[in-house]
Amino acid sequence: MNIAVREETLEKQATRLAIVDCDIHPSMRSSAELFPFLSARWREHMQTYSAHIRQALSETLAYPRMTPDVARRDAWPPNGAPPGADLDFMREQHLDLNGVETGILVPLRTGAGSQRNLEYGAALASAMNDWQAAAWLDKEPRLRGSIIVTPEYPEAAIREIERVSSDKRFVQVLIPPRTDEPLGRRRYWPVYEAAVRVGLPIGMHVGGVSGHPATGGSGAPSYYIEEHHSLVPAMQAVVTSLVLEGVFEQFPTLKFALVEGSFAWSPALGWRLDKHWKRLKSEVPHLKRAPSEYIREHFWYTTQPIEEPDNPQDLFDLMGWIGWDKLMFSTDYPHWDFDDPRYVFKAKLDEKRRSMIFRDNAKALYGLR
Amino acid sequence: MARYVVATVGEIAPGSRKLVTVKGREIGLFNIKGEYFALANKCPHEGASLCRGTLVGLAQSDGPGDYRLTRQGELLKCPWHGWEFDVRTGQSWCDPDNTYVRQYAVSVEDGGELLKGPYVAETFQVSVEENYIIVDM
Repeated sequence: MNIAVREETLEKQATRLAIVDCDIHPSMRSSAELFPFLSARWREHMQTYSAHIRQALSETLAYPRMTPDVARRDAWPPNGAPPGADLDFMREQHLDLNGVETGILVPLRTGAGSQRNLEYGAALASAMNDWQAAAWLDKEPRLRGSIIVTPEYPEAAIREIERVSSDKRFVQVLIPPRTDEPLGRRRYWPVYEAAVRVGLPIGMHVGGVSGHPATGGSGAPSYYIEEHHSLVPAMQAVVTSLVLEGVFEQFPTLKFALVEGSFAWSPALGWRLDKHWKRLKSEVPHLKRAPSEYIREHFWYTTQPIEEPDNPQDLFDLMGWIGWDKLMFSTDYPHWDFDDPRYVFKAKLDEKRRSMIFRDNAKALYGLR
Repeated sequence: MARYVVATVGEIAPGSRKLVTVKGREIGLFNIKGEYFALANKCPHEGASLCRGTLVGLAQSDGPGDYRLTRQGELLKCPWHGWEFDVRTGQSWCDPDNTYVRQYAVSVEDGGELLKGPYVAETFQVSVEENYIIVDM
């Protein structure tokens, strides 16, 4: 038979998930949104000189991305704002649609932590934190903030942690993994000390500009696929540095959430470091335990962009080796490599593990109610 | 299997598309160089609204240094992760045996023929003068 159809707008899928999303990127229409939170001195600096970081083009990323603004093509709000810059559209397209009970903001704009002008970086960090509170946290109770700090300028970072952490809506201290030196070096320890003092974990989202080729010692990458992957070995280098420098002997309650840095590498890194440590531990006598034990205890991992092995069970085996209590779901909304909570796992997770990854682990780490 | 009138011919220009909902399912209708194709509006990878993606060509290479772009406008690129599907077959370019998007049969019929059949008009006024795009599902 022939039946005519009723034309309808695309329905929004209902969802029964109530999740914590550990990686949401809020954006802004232009850096002028920060003006109310900058002193006249730094507004003028921004308008006259703007950013200076360790790469040639300071207002863009190191390698051209595959999509404009690194975003999902459908994440551009109809009102013309850039992806992630319109709260109403974020609610409609992500928070409501995907059942986000709590979303943790990871603002990347302005790259405060990578600024060569340390005072400008510190001013940007403060402005980004105040902007987070005013533009997002005040308006949407489901969102939580990340305290942006300047690891190259620990005194300012400590001031910022002390200033902002009294606002309990901020749930972590955010630093980039690419810094002037590997993050285990003692110049960065005051930042960790301050985080421990206020009881917050360190969130480390891939990125930052170290001035070195992204591959880490083997020259500049040729392709985006190559540069995109280089984020993962960079994260491993940071974890190795933090463990071997003895950061966790100094700060036994310090916790790191590695955001968007993958996780499948973690067991192999632990095995490798343990092997070396058995033979070379006299060089690092400050380590009281095997490196894998520090890794197992002090690091949490967000899931996106998740590995997709041909056999989905392989992924679950890996997650078990890392620890089911250490993995936290994230989407990376509105970026192009977004993971959808409905389809991210290609095989069925049992209810308990599902609840841990989609909600409970993040609630425990971040102290969410 | 029932037949659904989803559009009039001429409504979808070559290179463009129309999104419709049939029996609760979202479907994208595409006009590729005068031929019509219908694909489910759901990427088999992570469920994105695939039919809102851009139509691209096929970048091919037999080895480093050799590049050509063919079949322009015949591949649909998912708005999220960029998976590419052949609009003519629904198959994924990178994993054609295992990953494909549901495809529906499409035909074009004139209004005179449609009016002969048992046909319930809801929002479409079918008239003898026009030709219509039909989806079978």
